[in-house]
Amino acid sequence: MRLRAILFLGIVIVTAASCRKKDPPASDATGQVTFNFANYAGDEPLVLNNSEYINANGDTFTVSGYGYYISNISLLTNDGGSFAEPESYHLVTEAADTSKSFSINDIPAGVYTAVKFLIGVDEARNTSGAQTGALDPMHSMFWDWNTGYIMAKLEGHSPQSTGPANFIGFHLGGFSGPESVLREVTLTFPEPVLISAGKKPVIHIKSNLLEWFGPPNIVDFSEINIIMGPGLTSSKIADNYAAMFTISHIHK
Amino acid sequence: MPSVPHTKLYRLLILGGMIIWISFFACNKDPEITNNGLVPVPGNNISFQIPEGWPQPIYQFQNNPLTQKGFELGRKLFYDPRLSRDNTISCGSCHQPFSAFAHLGHPVSHGINNLLGTRNSTPIFNLNWHASFFWDGGVNHIENQPIVPIQNPVEMDEKLENIITKLTDDADYRKRFSDAFGDEAITTQHIFRALAQFMGTMVSANSKYDKYMRNEPGNNMTASEMNGLQIFRTHCAGCHAEPLFTDFSFRNNGLTPTTVNDSGRAHITLKSEDLYTFKVPSLRNLKYTPPYMHDGRLNTLEEVLDHYASGINTNMPNLDPRLTNGILLTPQERTDLIAFLNTLNDETFIQDARFHQP
Repeated sequence: MRLRAILFLGIVIVTAASCRKKDPPASDATGQVTFNFANYAGDEPLVLNNSEYINANGDTFTVSGYGYYISNISLLTNDGGSFAEPESYHLVTEAADTSKSFSINDIPAGVYTAVKFLIGVDEARNTSGAQTGALDPMHSMFWDWNTGYIMAKLEGHSPQSTGPANFIGFHLGGFSGPESVLREVTLTFPEPVLISAGKKPVIHIKSNLLEWFGPPNIVDFSEINIIMGPGLTSSKIADNYAAMFTISHIHK
Repeated sequence: MPSVPHTKLYRLLILGGMIIWISFFACNKDPEITNNGLVPVPGNNISFQIPEGWPQPIYQFQNNPLTQKGFELGRKLFYDPRLSRDNTISCGSCHQPFSAFAHLGHPVSHGINNLLGTRNSTPIFNLNWHASFFWDGGVNHIENQPIVPIQNPVEMDEKLENIITKLTDDADYRKRFSDAFGDEAITTQHIFRALAQFMGTMVSANSKYDKYMRNEPGNNMTASEMNGLQIFRTHCAGCHAEPLFTDFSFRNNGLTPTTVNDSGRAHITLKSEDLYTFKVPSLRNLKYTPPYMHDGRLNTLEEVLDHYASGINTNMPNLDPRLTNGILLTPQERTDLIAFLNTLNDETFIQDARFHQP
């Protein structure tokens, strides 16, 4: 009987072990990093609804909603290596404070010099069916009639806008071809960051939404005020906002 | 060390074999679908099989392994009006089993508060072979299809978060989601995957034509039907390619726009060359799915053939080159072609109780 019990235990162990994915060992060899996103309009922290801002064209506007996807985050090391966050999809929205900060765990200990990410959701996740978590279509960042994620969204009002009730609405999406709005961003750290078991560095990233409206591609709200589908204009605005992220500081 | 008696050695070997066997299955990937293959779902009546001679389907339940519980959950959702804002309209309201899951007799369908849409409800069968969905092909994945009618203000007009709330309040649904996906917490992903399991399993491949092609009993095509097949292959198969009876392309077949001025595929691509093009529909199960065309403007197959003979608007931009001169048939050819089209009706599919509301 004892032999049988041992063998049964053996079956269970072998079965369990044979399916286990190769998790990186949680030990001194890994560490954590936190990203903190702060949204700005120029030098001022973004205040929804009540603050007026001026775009490069000289148009006055307020912002009622603002958000964007950050995906495919990689940390780059000083010796040419990199660590890619698995299942790396984050939705940052101004209205939800908790969305502005997230941590990545189990990063191999080392010295990292830069972070690379995509503004938006990669093509694969736009074409592979129902998603969940940050990619749940419930977050109002998804076009149902023309499948695809809204990669970045800015809504508000401008007296210069000829839209209904002076509305401005920029829902930027499009994941393939020349009109794709996907933009890869690499931000080099002001000085190398050590990630290890004992350290919990926080990388503060600033987004400047004024960059959306140029330069280089100046957006005139009397001409362009509502975009709710992929297209060349969206792609040009994406060229603008590709430069909106900077590292403000790092807490080591 | 005592020797192991034979019986014990025998047991040891069996148990060792079991270890290998169980380990193998524990890690087994989703069943692969091969030609003439089957996704078997043990202990139930649900399967997905590629009909003989058909191409590989695009959707093979990747990331969404087909199960009996998943299928049944999808079926319950499909027929549940709680997916609409005022709990009156289900998927099945406009996709009726006896109409090959189209909306019989409705040029366009009425959704919530009797609001009318602008396009003809499409039948549901053989969806796994489709790379895009809807008349304009705007949706690129079967799992993303149901969001459109759910959120459309003239169809079901419901918010996804309200559906989650309604279903979560229902203990039966919590159990069903748990049984199907191992998680009682209901997510939109599991709702859409369950619906994809139900709809993706609907394969229609048992018409008289199919039996003829497979040389099965019941394949005795009449002379008229055989003549119709040749006429079809000469005049229609360029777009309505066998065996799905569509090549899934978007084409302008010369229908003059109505006041709705539906731009078709161009609504999605914003390209002038796609203006007034619509996805080529399958010719299977036409008996059950009148009226025809993207806006349901033609009531009978005779009217459809009249359109192709003399109704084509040759001033339309992007008119398909095949239709520049229309399709002119003699009365006998028309009779034979319609006889052939009627061999594409699949009564077994219509009668298949697995797809009906239990």
